[in-house]
Amino acid sequence: MDVKRRKFLKIAGLSAVAGLAAPSAFNLLLNKGEALATEGRSGAKSEAHGEKSGETSRQYGMVIDLERLQRSPGLAEKCIHACNTEHNIPQYNNPKDEIKWIWLDDYRHSFPEHSQYKKNTALAKLPVVLLCNHCAHPPCVRACPTKATFKNSDGVVMMDYHRCIGCRFCMAACPYGARSFNWRRPREKDANGKYKFFPDGVNPEFPMRMRGVVEKCNFCAKRTLAGRLPACVEACGDSKALVFGDINDPKSEISQVLKAKYTIQRKPAAGTEPSVFYII
Amino acid sequence: MLEKALEGNNRYWAWIFFLLGVITIGGLFYVHQFHYGLGSTGMSRDVSWGIYIAQFTFMVGVAAGGVMLALPLYIHDYKVFGKIAILGEFMAIAAVAMCLMFITVDLGQPMRIMNVLLHPTPHSMLFWDMIVLNGYLFLNVVCGWGILHSVYKEVPPPKWAKPLVILSVPWAFSIHTVTAFLYCGLPGRHFWLTAILAPRFLASAFAAGPALLIIIALIMKHMGCFDPGKEAIQKLTTIIIYAAITNLFFVGLEFFTAYYSNVPEHMATLNYLFWGVDGHNSLVYLMRFGMFIGIAGIIMLLFQKFRQSDGWLGFCLALIFASLWIDKGVGFVLAGFVPNPFDRITEYYPTLSEISIALGVWAAGALILTLLYKIALKVEFKED
Repeated sequence: MDVKRRKFLKIAGLSAVAGLAAPSAFNLLLNKGEALATEGRSGAKSEAHGEKSGETSRQYGMVIDLERLQRSPGLAEKCIHACNTEHNIPQYNNPKDEIKWIWLDDYRHSFPEHSQYKKNTALAKLPVVLLCNHCAHPPCVRACPTKATFKNSDGVVMMDYHRCIGCRFCMAACPYGARSFNWRRPREKDANGKYKFFPDGVNPEFPMRMRGVVEKCNFCAKRTLAGRLPACVEACGDSKALVFGDINDPKSEISQVLKAKYTIQRKPAAGTEPSVFYII
Repeated sequence: MLEKALEGNNRYWAWIFFLLGVITIGGLFYVHQFHYGLGSTGMSRDVSWGIYIAQFTFMVGVAAGGVMLALPLYIHDYKVFGKIAILGEFMAIAAVAMCLMFITVDLGQPMRIMNVLLHPTPHSMLFWDMIVLNGYLFLNVVCGWGILHSVYKEVPPPKWAKPLVILSVPWAFSIHTVTAFLYCGLPGRHFWLTAILAPRFLASAFAAGPALLIIIALIMKHMGCFDPGKEAIQKLTTIIIYAAITNLFFVGLEFFTAYYSNVPEHMATLNYLFWGVDGHNSLVYLMRFGMFIGIAGIIMLLFQKFRQSDGWLGFCLALIFASLWIDKGVGFVLAGFVPNPFDRITEYYPTLSEISIALGVWAAGALILTLLYKIALKVEFKED
């Protein structure tokens, strides 16, 4: 009697555990499959969540030429708008809920660690384009407890909106304020059934997010995979105000620019090795 | 043993229903927060952690504070604490339960909390915090409950209990060390980026935890349910004074390093907390008040007159506890985000919803503590 009862309890316990674990294990498999399919690289190991396939590490980066941007008024705003529509960035128009991937601030606040002592006052007001630095050593990736944010094989710091638990540890870890949180549902609709926070319409090619997850610039990973330039770079046209490419490839255009010009990075003392460079 | 929690007088039941009421209000606000999102709180892009994570950090300290009873008793065989050690263990259970609740209400996607286990990530300090906190909860539940159950059954304590209670001593240090690592390993937050954070957390924990325990013990004594004994209270008070002075010393070191070095990033947050910056001073009076009552409480306790009277002792310990709460449960976490990475100041004010949810979690912790203490007193001392 006793033995039977024990056996029954064992089986019941095990099946309860299996019942709880099976759906998530199944989801895990499904997601892996999806990742492979969307990455479209036959035979390659899933590169999601930091599992790098080879050591020939590409590191996409960007050079932002502030002088050229200033020479063409409205160009920076055009870049930002291109990103906002490409990635369905909700427009809440209040700082508390704000979400931004690429934005403008003045030099004084973009480079707060640089001294303003006895400097040209025009410099302090110089508009600077800001975005995620896609650091070589990203503190956000180190902090994330679920690998929902990770570095892909192009050196891009990516977000998995379906894995993020919304703990916001990455936001505390980022020294550049590059991360935004969905404090509310971006997909909210008004009485007429229209999206409230997407005044310029929705891009069906990119997912809208759900409330409670973190998001950030992804260097247009989907576009670059298809051989296209990031939306902000494309919006700049031939101005060369933004130059994008692999900074680890000595033959790339961006490497030539970095070799020829004096550039600076935001907060180099943080040890993150940012991949975004500025020409002042 | 659980049935002991169901025997109580009217005062006991009134307290239980009061706590259930506060929990219900918090629960209703949480339902709204769950549906709307964390936008129902005062948090923003700039101040992305608020009172939930601040309370979590403080409660880790209260949980770790219980070790100030376990260490003398189990390592040094200091028998005077034998009677009240169980109170420390049960307080740790309630405090860790509150920590887990505060983390959960702070998550944007609480339904995915198990992702931390599904995708274990050893380079994240949050992963290790999950391990040490749950481990500490497990140790205290098993040891506290196990030892009490042997008293209930009138048999000697089980053999496995001894190594586990000894393990729980270094484990208590680990929970607050790892919690400090959540903050002091982040490159962009200068106020948190300090190697003295873990020791400072521990010092404040060893004052706050036992202070709360004595306050509760004194209340129980005056309601006639239980007397922990004068010697135990006095010895614990001495421990609290040392810990509180050590904490004050560490705070002073932070001030020295910041202001003597004159490095702007190191001074920025202290300036904001204690003097205000460009008219942003929402925390200045609270921080100064906290510092004042903390020092006042310590000085008063140096006089025997205040230490020997239950009323004054409780008052002084309440001052110290409140001071530590203001320092760690309010100022420390919130001000870490000020100034933001762009050297701008965004102030944070918790919303009614947020405060109600936090109170609900405090009430849930108090409920767990009440039930556990009820059982412990009934079993151990056959008292009410």
